[in-house]
Amino acid sequence: MAKVRPKAQKPQLDMTPVVDLAFLLVTFFMLTTNFRPEEPVIVDIPSSISDFKIPETNVMTITVSNEGRVLFNIDNQGARARVIEKMDEKYKMGFTLEEKTTFSNLGAFGMPISELKTFLNAKKETRKELNTGIPVDTVNNQLFDWIINARMANPKYRIAIKGDSKTPIPVIRRVIATLQDQNINRFNLITSLEEAPKND
Amino acid sequence: MAEIQDAGGGGGKGKKVRSKKASTHVDMTAMVDLAFLLLTFFLLTTTFNKPQTMEIVLPDKTENDDKPTEIKESKALTLLLSKDNRVFWYAGINDPKVEVTNFGPNGVRKLLQKRVATIPGLVVLIKSDDDAVYKNFVDILDEMNINKVPTYAIVDITDKEIELIKNAKTEPKK
Repeated sequence: MAKVRPKAQKPQLDMTPVVDLAFLLVTFFMLTTNFRPEEPVIVDIPSSISDFKIPETNVMTITVSNEGRVLFNIDNQGARARVIEKMDEKYKMGFTLEEKTTFSNLGAFGMPISELKTFLNAKKETRKELNTGIPVDTVNNQLFDWIINARMANPKYRIAIKGDSKTPIPVIRRVIATLQDQNINRFNLITSLEEAPKND
Repeated sequence: MAEIQDAGGGGGKGKKVRSKKASTHVDMTAMVDLAFLLLTFFLLTTTFNKPQTMEIVLPDKTENDDKPTEIKESKALTLLLSKDNRVFWYAGINDPKVEVTNFGPNGVRKLLQKRVATIPGLVVLIKSDDDAVYKNFVDILDEMNINKVPTYAIVDITDKEIELIKNAKTEPKK
């Protein structure tokens, strides 16, 4: 029998698995990174010393722009689909399946429900301008319905109010009153950390 | 290309340059470096981009309707938020004498510090008129946390207080 001679080993490391692993991780982080979602309105959030972090999922965000327009956003596509279903039932808007799917995939929106159809069918670029604000007045409080349906679709939602520094207080007060009307007494105000330089 | 072919030059006449046998092994070190650089980048950017929040808990509205919370007059301090980041304040409940301050370090913070130190069980009532902005609201809640005010409440403003602000505003500013 012929003896198998061990070949002289080069002192070189095979890096391939390392590269594989590194790129796998890169891909993973690239895909899971939540890039800041495009905001339909620019909101300059006030700062505070509070450093309580908002949870990443199950957040209901009520954005109030500096002119007092109210926008609404919930994460979780499944819940969004259920919410639009319920809202359709209540307001009889007759959304098509396609419109509902578009809605589930979108982010923040803010307009009277009668204009939601136009918004969903609009082009991506023009959608921004259609955010005229959800009515919150006592006679026609659509925000109330959005919130209550969202909570029914997913009871785990935490409510965050994201207001602009220059938002007039009466609007904020209306939003808070809307929350209190459905017995929500615990919510979060989104702020930036005081020491940190302001972004946005 | 970075390599320059030497053939055309006059110097390389004597020796023939033998091409080395190319190894099939690719040096991956640079690639690994890059991959880990990217990895580090994504790792760091994910954790830092999270907004902070301030949690507020309001009393239950329905419960409060039947028995309003009573507070001692001596312990009460009312802050009225108004236009141009001004804070009007008065102590007690009856016959209030309104004074004005602001959000500066010598303004409302000093006032609260003094009150918290001297009055145990201080109750601060926060009210705002329609001219105040959201920032004032957040700032004042922030001040409550900074100065560790034991109890504070967000209350609706009364007509009487709007009147007070109006009268105070007409006074000449120093």
